[in-house]
Amino acid sequence: MRLRRALFGLLGVALAGTEGFVAFARQPEIPATPSPSKASFDPALIAKGAELAMIGNCNVCHTKTDGMPYAGGRALATPFGTIHATNITPDPDTGIGRWSEAAFLRAMREGVRRDGAHLYPAFPYDHFTKLSAADVRAIYAFLMTREPVRAETPANALPFPLWLRPLIAGWKVLFLKQGELIPDPVLTAELNRGAYLVEGLGHCGGCHTRRNALGAERNDSYLGGGETEGWHAPALNGASTAPVAWTADQLFAYLRKGFVRPHGVAAGPMQPVVNNLANVAEADVKAIAAYIARIVGPATEGRKEKVGPPSTRPEAQSGSRALGDRDAITTADGAVIYAGACAPCHEATGQRFSAHGIHLASSKVVTMPDARNLAHVILEGMAAPEASPAATMPGFADALTDAQVAALMTYLRSTFSERPAWSDVETTVRQVRRSASGS
Amino acid sequence: MLTLNVNGRQHQVDVDATTPLLYVLRDDLGLNGAKFGCGLGQCGACTVLLDDRAVLSCITPVKIAEGRRITTLEGLGTIDNPGPLQRAFIDEQAAQCGFCIAGMIMRAQALLNRNRAPSDKEIRQHMSPNLCRCGTHMRILAAIRRAAAEMKSAAAEPSSREARQ
Repeated sequence: MRLRRALFGLLGVALAGTEGFVAFARQPEIPATPSPSKASFDPALIAKGAELAMIGNCNVCHTKTDGMPYAGGRALATPFGTIHATNITPDPDTGIGRWSEAAFLRAMREGVRRDGAHLYPAFPYDHFTKLSAADVRAIYAFLMTREPVRAETPANALPFPLWLRPLIAGWKVLFLKQGELIPDPVLTAELNRGAYLVEGLGHCGGCHTRRNALGAERNDSYLGGGETEGWHAPALNGASTAPVAWTADQLFAYLRKGFVRPHGVAAGPMQPVVNNLANVAEADVKAIAAYIARIVGPATEGRKEKVGPPSTRPEAQSGSRALGDRDAITTADGAVIYAGACAPCHEATGQRFSAHGIHLASSKVVTMPDARNLAHVILEGMAAPEASPAATMPGFADALTDAQVAALMTYLRSTFSERPAWSDVETTVRQVRRSASGS
Repeated sequence: MLTLNVNGRQHQVDVDATTPLLYVLRDDLGLNGAKFGCGLGQCGACTVLLDDRAVLSCITPVKIAEGRRITTLEGLGTIDNPGPLQRAFIDEQAAQCGFCIAGMIMRAQALLNRNRAPSDKEIRQHMSPNLCRCGTHMRILAAIRRAAAEMKSAAAEPSSREARQ
């Protein structure tokens, strides 16, 4: 129903500005050029492009599981249907081998393919348009010097009329503001760099902002929380529900290493992001952290680092979760599961060694408005940050039934947060379990 | 008092609901196949099956195992009559100290329960939660491949018998 209304809206816009629209809907083809040789690119430019491509996470969308790097084929599920990321290796037939730099720049700035067709905004050119020409040139140099892979991109699965690419022109009229990001004279150089990386390459808003019925980011709730691939992407602004406020230093550590106390580990779709950020210039990650910290805003009294060592917290002192203390343990399933399955790692229970899980009172996942992320983490566990010999969190999908996971989540929510209870927790668990096994 | 179904038999145990299943299996039921390696779900030595799926019994509170089918190493066969995986592990001499082996066999059993012909890649990925410190990994993999092949040919036999009749 919402989709139908959205489509008719789009059609209406398209028909209203018909003449200009028709011109806009058909972009000229940029002639194919022979693949440039690798030697024709300056190595320093390629290295710069490599770093920029990591900040932009090109490899994450444009590489499928166990696929060749940048050869595309990855399916992205959207509310409108399934779109497949394209092959951006320099293969002349199935990749971008015959794209000139001008064609690549137009794709990044305007979302138009070499042959003139509009690209779906699943490719976030609404962010990449903010890049400087120099940076796009570096990324072009990087991509054109990758290993060419012959791989046809699978056809998208979109309902009529969405597979009519000229309609995207209407979307662009409404939502695409082309142009480089202009530095703000009020901000420091570091913050301007952070703004450039976050608003442009990093395209953080792509996941962390809600989208409207036509799939565009909503400006009124920019970075106020969104979703991607079945996970909630938390608010990065004042609407953040993290129980402890993030500092710039913590954000830096989280983005750089994938883990920071007391907040926890980067999970789900954030894992490949932090894996990439581990390999780029430290100053750039610091700039991103500084900019996001500014958006998060100063910590209010209630959210300053208030979680002391677990033993100082009143609940812990009352012994209500002391292991082996038979009378103190409640019979509620959630409490029992927590005590037996979670507390050995997530609390100091006097065991000889620990996997050092964070104390769940500081977990941002437990306080999220959306229960999906906690369901994911409990069912699937969490791998250690890449190339790190850290402990892993095992998944409990096989050990716990849906009802048991739901009981545990309900217990965690009521024990470790002051947030209102989630609704339909068991349904959420079922859906997450189904989606995880399907992927 | 909790009722547990272990290797097809019902047992009554008087333990705290949060007690790790591993402790109950070993201390209360005398089933010492599963081992305590870390108590944190990091090594897999405690692996048993719950409804045919591999779980880490050191971080499984016994309460949640009520009403479900628990299978331990002892349930796969005996010394005199070992099951296919146990036989394969013996034939490949996959144990050095043997501490990881019960967990390895149970993890492998979970795989073969749902995939009779796993690829090498699938075996490795499936077995990754289980650690071995002596380094007999190659023999463990060989044993799993051997068991899969033997189970496959054993499954083929009844149909060839039918064809002959």
